[in-house]
Amino acid sequence: MSNGIVHWFRFASPQSFYPLAGKMAPWFAALAGLLGAAGLWIAFFVAPTDAQQGESYRIIFVHVPAAWMSMFLYVVMAAWAGLGLVLNTRLSSMMAHAIAPTGAMFAFLALWTGALWGRPTWGTYWVWDARLTSELVLFFLYLGYMSLNAAIDDPRRGDRASAVLALVGVLNVPIIYFSVQWWNTLHQGASVSLVRAPSMAATMLTGMLVMALAFWMYSIAAALARVRAIMLEREAHMQWTQQLPEAVT
Amino acid sequence: MDTAVAGGSDVNWGSASEFFAMGGYAFYVWGSFVTAAVCLAVEVALLRGRRRNALALVHGERMRNEATA
Repeated sequence: MSNGIVHWFRFASPQSFYPLAGKMAPWFAALAGLLGAAGLWIAFFVAPTDAQQGESYRIIFVHVPAAWMSMFLYVVMAAWAGLGLVLNTRLSSMMAHAIAPTGAMFAFLALWTGALWGRPTWGTYWVWDARLTSELVLFFLYLGYMSLNAAIDDPRRGDRASAVLALVGVLNVPIIYFSVQWWNTLHQGASVSLVRAPSMAATMLTGMLVMALAFWMYSIAAALARVRAIMLEREAHMQWTQQLPEAVT
Repeated sequence: MDTAVAGGSDVNWGSASEFFAMGGYAFYVWGSFVTAAVCLAVEVALLRGRRRNALALVHGERMRNEATA
C-alpha cells in the first residue's frame, strides 16, 4: 500500500517531474494539433449554416471552448494553489503559476470572440450583462493572481498570497456558469446541458466538443512546458538543474 | 477548397471567395479565429523564450559555482 504513496510523491519533486513533463508535453501538443485540425474542418466544412444567424454563428466553435477552458483552468489552478498552501509542496504552487497565463489567454479569447459575436447578433460589442461582467472579473482575477505573485520577491510568500486570492476567486466560477439562470441576461443559456437533449445540430455539437478537447490538450502541453521553465528558474541554484544536459552546454 | 470532397464541402461553400466572405460576417468570424490563432502562436513563442532564458540562468549559476569552487 505504501508503494503507491511513495510512487506519487516521487513525482511531487520538481527534479523527477521535470523529465516526465518533458516527455509528456510533445504528445499533448500533437494531440492538440490533430484535434484542432479536425475541429476546424468540422467548424467550417461539415457544420451547416445556421438558419437564424447565418455564418456568424461559426464563432461558437472558438468562443464556447475558450470560455469553458477559462473557467475549468481557473478551478484547476486554484486547486493546485490550494494544495500548495496546505501541503507546502513546491511543485503544486509551480503548477498553479504555470496554468495562470494560459487561463488568462482563454478568458481574453472568450471575451474577444464574444464581442465579435455580440455585434452582429445583439447589435453591440459589449453590455454590462451578468455573464459578460463575471467573465471579465475572471480575466481580472487571472491578471491579479499573476501580478500579485510577480510583485512579491520571496517566491514562497508569493505562492501563499496568490493562493489565497485564487481560492477566494473560485467563488466567481459558479457565478459565471449560473449567471444566465440567476439573472435575466442578454447572453443565451448554456449551450450544452447534461440534463436535457441537445438543442443544436449534432455536427455543431461535435465540432464544439472536438475544439474544446483540442484546447484542453493545448492547455496541458502549455502548462507542462511552462512548469518546466518555472522549475529551472526557481531551482537554478540547485545541483539537479545544473546537471541537466541542456544546461551544461 | 473548390474541389468536391466526400462528406460535402460544397454544402457550405461554392467557391473560395464565398468561404472567405463568410456570408458577410468575414470581419467577425475571421476576427475571432485569427485572433485565437495569434494568441496561441504568441504563447508558444513566449514559452520558447522563457525556456531559453531559464536555461541561460541555470547555465550562469553553474559557471558561477565552478568559478568559486
